[in-house]
Amino acid sequence: MAPKLYAGVDVGSSATKVVIVDGNGAALARALEPSGMDFVAASKTALERAVNDAGASIDDIAHVTSSGYGRKNVEFANDTKTEIACHARGAYQHFREAMTIVDIGGQDNKIIKIGADGTRLDFKMNRKCAAGTGAFLEEIARRMNVDMSDMDALARKSEEIVTISSFCTVFAATEILSLIRQGAQTRDIARGAFRSVVKRVIEMDSLAGRVVATGGVVSHNPIVLELMAESIGHEVLTPPEPQFSGALGAALYAVDEARQ
Amino acid sequence: MADEKKKPTFRKIAATGPCKKLMADHFYELDEAAKSGSRKIAWCTSVGPAELLRAMGFLVYFPENHGAILGATRVALDTIPIANAAGYSPEICSYLTSDVGAYMKGETPLSMAYEGITEVPKPDVLVYNTNQCRDVKDWFMWYSRELDVPCIGIESFCNIDVSREPHIAAVSRQLQDLVPALEKISGQKLDLDRLKEVVGLSRKCSDLWEETLQMGAAVPSPLTFFDSTILMGPAVVARGTQEANDFYELLIPELKQRVKDGVAAVDGEKHRIYWDGMPIWGKLRDLSTTFLSLQTCVVASTYCNSWVFSDLDSANPFDSMAKAYTDLFIVRSDSAKEDYISKMARDFKVDGFLFHDAKTCPSNSNNRYGMPERLAAQFKVPSVTIAGDLNDLRLYSEEQSITQIEAFIEQLGEK
Repeated sequence: MAPKLYAGVDVGSSATKVVIVDGNGAALARALEPSGMDFVAASKTALERAVNDAGASIDDIAHVTSSGYGRKNVEFANDTKTEIACHARGAYQHFREAMTIVDIGGQDNKIIKIGADGTRLDFKMNRKCAAGTGAFLEEIARRMNVDMSDMDALARKSEEIVTISSFCTVFAATEILSLIRQGAQTRDIARGAFRSVVKRVIEMDSLAGRVVATGGVVSHNPIVLELMAESIGHEVLTPPEPQFSGALGAALYAVDEARQ
Repeated sequence: MADEKKKPTFRKIAATGPCKKLMADHFYELDEAAKSGSRKIAWCTSVGPAELLRAMGFLVYFPENHGAILGATRVALDTIPIANAAGYSPEICSYLTSDVGAYMKGETPLSMAYEGITEVPKPDVLVYNTNQCRDVKDWFMWYSRELDVPCIGIESFCNIDVSREPHIAAVSRQLQDLVPALEKISGQKLDLDRLKEVVGLSRKCSDLWEETLQMGAAVPSPLTFFDSTILMGPAVVARGTQEANDFYELLIPELKQRVKDGVAAVDGEKHRIYWDGMPIWGKLRDLSTTFLSLQTCVVASTYCNSWVFSDLDSANPFDSMAKAYTDLFIVRSDSAKEDYISKMARDFKVDGFLFHDAKTCPSNSNNRYGMPERLAAQFKVPSVTIAGDLNDLRLYSEEQSITQIEAFIEQLGEK
């Protein structure tokens, strides 16, 4: 009989992530699909791919825990956990200490504080606008006609500091048009946009002690880690595969739930 | 893989029926008076001098109550933009904008609830007290200009720690100064004995309402904040009348029986939450269901307690009204508010605080000066702040708010 496996499905606003773990919580496979308009289809496709990569079959999955904004749409899930719980759990799996987790997602940011035993102490989410999120960066890239995947490399070539002050993504886009008119270089605006993301994050809560960053934005744009560290004056760590941190946490909860 | 989940069920309070009847009687009485001219009608802010108006023979209509109905029925979504377009900012009180917008549109949700009522009752006088905010005066002044009706009122004190004699004297004097104008409009002299009687009835209503809310201190709680937002109706629209007191005399035994029998408003009550700030009227049902499914009871709130006026004293009507109105929670300083919420948290044995940051109600959004952090540190319990609004659902992100609430309850469960 094949060993039982457990799945975490994190349906985020931009991407749906799946992690498969064994009964000891070891990650065996992961998969990512754009969330698109059909969360059910995205989560099914991602699960099937991950199960396939794990060399298993759907029948081997003993328990599925879903998370993320689309968590309640995952009709095959046995239970749900919020992304706040799952990001904390996923990060704690790698860093077994008290920490502040900064998750920068497609449409929202979270700051989660946990104690030395992994218990959540506090959390904050950004207000409902997209300031300082992945959506903000995507809008800025679009305005500059730069592919989002090139933004990190472009920002690293920056030689001059450009400040983007607006909270609002729409106003920031207008501000960028003004910067372009003033002759600012796209590389400097790109770095300014990343710096703006960091500013929006650090004004949400204090980032004291061990700071760990997770989420898709950090995963694809490691410059954010560097700018954040520069801004708060100490190191910012990230777990392996930071975009899958929430899905890993969900999978670990699936193991716990199945045992109860 | 997934199992069918059991849906939570609401445990209805039987006295909700008589509560609805009292509200219907209130609006029909006003409607009849407006149509026939049989009684003078005063519009009054929610903590305006309702006792004085009743004692002088007015029927009293509360536009804030109408604002809440506009919010609860979500009619506000259509009417707020109309007021915005007329120059009333989306940033100001959404009771004001939804109510003024509804008037401009010629619409009222009262007509959906009460057959035969087609419009709000036209006032003979508008009487405000700025103890809640400046917006109530701006609101009434709009109607004064629109309907050519006199608008008079009380300019109150803001951000006070404890009301002192000069505060009380100033408000009491203003109350007394209203009398000649009101006598002229009502056509009758103030009868001081009648005023004492109404103040006595209002105090009794306050005591009964406080006793009702205090039931939430029982474990498990027999009622939730969401029940209370409905059951407070008689205290809001009929304080100072025997009918309001009769209603609470009916309700209290039902709740006492629940406490005696250990009947919980929320089955399997696991967590007890304090709600600070305004209700999100258009989402009451959804939020109530969310908390029910999370086995969490919102046992107490600042909002529902705002209709407790323990300083009212029939022996000393003007000064006691002045004190009751001036010591209103919403008008107090942050430190006074913090002391108040601390006492409530102890009395009601809460596990956590929920702060509603209502965009258009700064006076009653008490999270903005570090209070959640101070209370969480004092009580060693967590808090969560959700961004929203009393009536303007354009300012409320449901997905984010529900995620925050669920994460908060998960966190309480980890303790």
